[in-house]
Amino acid sequence: MNKEKIQQLSDKAREIRYHTMDAIGTLGVGHVGGCLSIAEVLAVLYDEKMNIDPANPKMAGRDRLVVSKGHAGPAVYATLALKGFFPMEWLHTLNQPETNLPSHCDMNRTPGIDMTAGSLGQGISCAVGAAKGSKILGDDATIYCIVGDGESQEGQVWEASMTAAQYKLDNFILFLDNNHKQIDGETKDVNDLIDPCAKWAAFGFNTFQVDGHDVAAISDAIDRAKALQNGKPSFICLETVKGKGVSFIEAAGFGNHNMPISPEQKEIALSELK
Amino acid sequence: MANKEMRAVLAEGLEQLMKEDPRIVVVDADLAKANGTWALRQKFPDRALDVGIAEQNMTSFAAGLASYGFIPFIGSFTAFATRRNCDQIAISVCYAKQNVKIIGSDPGISAELNGGTHMSFEDIAVLRSFPGIVIFEPVDEVQLAQALPQIVAHEGPVYIRLFRKPIETVMPEGYQFRLFQADRLREGGDVSLFASGLMVQESVKAVELLAEEGISAELINVHTIKPLDAETILASVKKTGCAVTAENHNVIGGLGSAVAELLGRNCPAPMEMIGVQDHFGEVAKMPYLKEKYHMTAKDIAEAAKKAIARKKG
Repeated sequence: MNKEKIQQLSDKAREIRYHTMDAIGTLGVGHVGGCLSIAEVLAVLYDEKMNIDPANPKMAGRDRLVVSKGHAGPAVYATLALKGFFPMEWLHTLNQPETNLPSHCDMNRTPGIDMTAGSLGQGISCAVGAAKGSKILGDDATIYCIVGDGESQEGQVWEASMTAAQYKLDNFILFLDNNHKQIDGETKDVNDLIDPCAKWAAFGFNTFQVDGHDVAAISDAIDRAKALQNGKPSFICLETVKGKGVSFIEAAGFGNHNMPISPEQKEIALSELK
Repeated sequence: MANKEMRAVLAEGLEQLMKEDPRIVVVDADLAKANGTWALRQKFPDRALDVGIAEQNMTSFAAGLASYGFIPFIGSFTAFATRRNCDQIAISVCYAKQNVKIIGSDPGISAELNGGTHMSFEDIAVLRSFPGIVIFEPVDEVQLAQALPQIVAHEGPVYIRLFRKPIETVMPEGYQFRLFQADRLREGGDVSLFASGLMVQESVKAVELLAEEGISAELINVHTIKPLDAETILASVKKTGCAVTAENHNVIGGLGSAVAELLGRNCPAPMEMIGVQDHFGEVAKMPYLKEKYHMTAKDIAEAAKKAIARKKG
């Protein structure tokens, strides 16, 4: 990836963070940590990789993303708005009554959201079902999914992973937002995932480990995964920082999962993300 | 009259529908042989799937297929097709408004020798509180065969509470099934019997027992428990003035509760409930369990007389 492209995608990630913090800051509370940790992968997917059409969000044969950690909705909404799926003004309606942008992703409310998620562990199964659907139709779509590391404590994540391998879904690319934090503490202190790549390799996936805040590395891993075409689904472990990009949120540690944001804090966040 | 196994009727119906409609897929969880869907995978190798013993995954996986435009039928024993995957039905299917059909076999006491762990007496109660789901419990092969195309034609989640073995036919010649519309099987004026599933056969006998005593009972099969056919039920109770429900389910939350909710709001009347009286199941054959749990024709007839006696005036 050339420097210009890297700069462009890095800028996009920064913009995603900016508008995520603007939306959550305007509301005054939200799942900031796990939104900020996935900005780069969202930028790479929506600005470089995915075959999508903002004017036709339900286009047949499109690539799809299921954000199984559904609480990252605000980051996805910022991405979709920047991409033109709906007006930027919508972002200020986050979690307001009758909004199209609820805290957790809802496919029936938000243009561009491919699957409802929020009860952890379910989205990955839905994504695997979509990947199987794509295989049945032979439409050459790629189905992407993002799970959290805390979420991976849900048994259903592993049921779904077994199914993806069993059905040889090489059109399925799974990202782990490995930010090492969950509501009750560090994941290693609560229920340690230990070695995600080893686990998913044992479950029959091609595995890649990258810096989740390096757009070039993410892009390259996706390209390598797609090039393999070896009948195996692919797993890309994104080493991330929960709350990345806003110093006081990063400093809050695992307390940043869902935290209040004062008007002053919002301004600090936005100034850091300009 | 003993008949074809209900699971064979299911399989034949699905095979025909899958031939006609490429959107239909079947997803099992290691009970394809038990539920009769096994042979479909020879005919439709890419559309008759099995995710193994992973019912939660089966449910959300099916929702993903539905999001892709397919119409998945998922199946397991009732306990594992509804209780084990309850949140997945709530969120991946109902909340996400995905067109998934759920087959739960061996409902209630029909789990027989699999015993208490497999005897679901709560499935209707739980699913009935999920917005948007249709709950259907077929009575016999005639009804099931006619229901399947209508279930496919209905856009949205449907729960099929399926007795899977042979069962006596009660639907008459020329029977025309309509999803959402309860069937009046016997006309009467003294008491309304509302029955579902395998309790319909018991209720047919109860009507005969009551007739021997000069009591005229009306029998209505409520095959669609949600949405409830309020019009048919209310019309009957307005005529008879009292009701008995009979179901193979806990009387808490099932057909009895649904009818009571309806009558309480629209047409209060004396009512008795035959069914499982809020306890877990156990290992035994159905005749024994029907006796022990007071779910026989005689019990229904006794309940009818009690309801009639409670009528005012």
